Amino acid sequence: MKRKGSVSKVVYYVVMIALSFFMVLPLFWMITTSLKDAGALTAIPIEWIPKKVTIDSFRKLFEIFPFGKAFLNSVIVSVSITIVNVFSACMAAYVFAKIPFKGRELLFGIFLITMMIPGSVTLIPNYLILRSFHLLNSYLGLVLPSFFNIFGIFMLRQSMRQIPDDFIDAAVIDGASQWKIFFNVIIPLSRPMIATLFVITFMGAWNDYLWPLIVLTDKNKMTLPVALSMLNGQYSTEYNLLMAGALISIVPIIIVYAFAQRYFEEGLTAGGLKG
Amino acid sequence: MKGSKKFKKGITIFSFLLPSLLAFSIFSIFSIGYSFFLSFTDWDIITEPNFVGLSNYSNILHSEEFWKILGNTLYYMVLYIPLIIIFSIGVAMLLNVKSKAIGVFRTIFFIPVLTSWVAAAMLWRWLLSPYYGPINAILQVFGIPGPSWLYDSVWAMPAIVLASLWKDVGFFGLIFLSGLQSIDPAYYEAAEIDGASKFQRFRKITLPLLSPTIFFVLIITSINSFQLFPQVMIMTQGGPFGSTEVFMERIYSYAFKYYEMGYASAYSWILFVFIFVFTILQWTLQKRWVYYEA
Repeated sequence: MKRKGSVSKVVYYVVMIALSFFMVLPLFWMITTSLKDAGALTAIPIEWIPKKVTIDSFRKLFEIFPFGKAFLNSVIVSVSITIVNVFSACMAAYVFAKIPFKGRELLFGIFLITMMIPGSVTLIPNYLILRSFHLLNSYLGLVLPSFFNIFGIFMLRQSMRQIPDDFIDAAVIDGASQWKIFFNVIIPLSRPMIATLFVITFMGAWNDYLWPLIVLTDKNKMTLPVALSMLNGQYSTEYNLLMAGALISIVPIIIVYAFAQRYFEEGLTAGGLKG
Repeated sequence: MKGSKKFKKGITIFSFLLPSLLAFSIFSIFSIGYSFFLSFTDWDIITEPNFVGLSNYSNILHSEEFWKILGNTLYYMVLYIPLIIIFSIGVAMLLNVKSKAIGVFRTIFFIPVLTSWVAAAMLWRWLLSPYYGPINAILQVFGIPGPSWLYDSVWAMPAIVLASLWKDVGFFGLIFLSGLQSIDPAYYEAAEIDGASKFQRFRKITLPLLSPTIFFVLIITSINSFQLFPQVMIMTQGGPFGSTEVFMERIYSYAFKYYEMGYASAYSWILFVFIFVFTILQWTLQKRWVYYEA
């Protein structure tokens, strides 16, 4: 029995390591490619580990494109979208969870129904709306639609409902305003869910492609995914350059993941809902 | 006095809801109506829109292109959906054991989920390079001549499927893992006492109890597949010979390359109808195979 156990353990690890190998191999290839010079790209047989390690591709990347700017833009845009998105959702969720009024459930229902409409339908009109307000190529325009986040409202409403009414009543008796209750009672008690939404919204915003692609056409305003897709078109065979760019775009999100793994996994599992 | 208190409460509620309501009215409600209106017009974004009735819809449905992209999309779904479900369940079962190394494995499967599609698609374009890419180099070691992948109209879509599997398996694996962990271990213990084999336990316990999760994943992956975009944009731009042209890539091109806003909007509504009908169909069919614990 014990022997059988250890055999199946060995089989298990062999399978796991083989699978992990296939998952990691592409990333390994990304890293080594970014350290190659142009000549090594077309070497046959292929160089798994570059014979000559160089960081020229990184240097060139920043020369031919305002890539540092793109990185900074991505930080600004993703942080703004995340803050706006989560904060606005917190405010609405508080009402839907704790302040009853006539027609509240109906309004929530209407909010939920729009989840059925795929983003592809609203893409063109939203672009046109920004255009008519002269908000194309602006971060304000890019961020505006994020003020409505039904997924965040839904998740926060669930967690805020768990907060006992006594906490709120006690604050009311003390003469606290709804805003004060919101900031001093509701927000602190919803921290785990807020953290979860924060990391997954940040990741979504950091990686978002289609919406920034159509809103931001100015080279100096582009976020990383848009900048990368532009480089992909212009330098389509200079893979050391492209892989250097891709690598830079991945690192921050992996750092966030390293520090907030639990929130990531919880959020994304629940976030499957969002699709 | 009471009236003013009520008024004050109304103001508070309204102010809490204001940001969401404003964005919702403009970017959802108005937007949906606007898109619907546009789909009946011919508009080049510069001159005034012309009302053309249903002609955008009828032109699309009578075009060869539409049936081709529908075929491409369904082809992607037929390959991708069963494979992602099988692989994700496999990964979830492998991760559902007690082991010290499990954290490392989890992270390894999860890294592709964290990367942007743009970066991942660029990487896969390079991995699949016919002469200089590692995938064909590995195939060659086993004596298999690798295809031209993205340059071959037969292999381009399977190549996109391959990239999508790599990117998504960690995500759906995690969803199935939480499904597996919610199964009561007592079922397995009882089955073991009755002498059920491993395969029987999987077939009679795991699969039925996992079926709600499978259903859920089926719905999400179908919706996502209909809206396939960055993979195609970065890896093939619809080529070769239109073999990877899909809905979103067409909508993007019509709207933002050719500025045919009306035609593109009509396309997006046709896509919506497909997603909607497909989802409803799956909801009705679920009674036949999804098992909900009472």
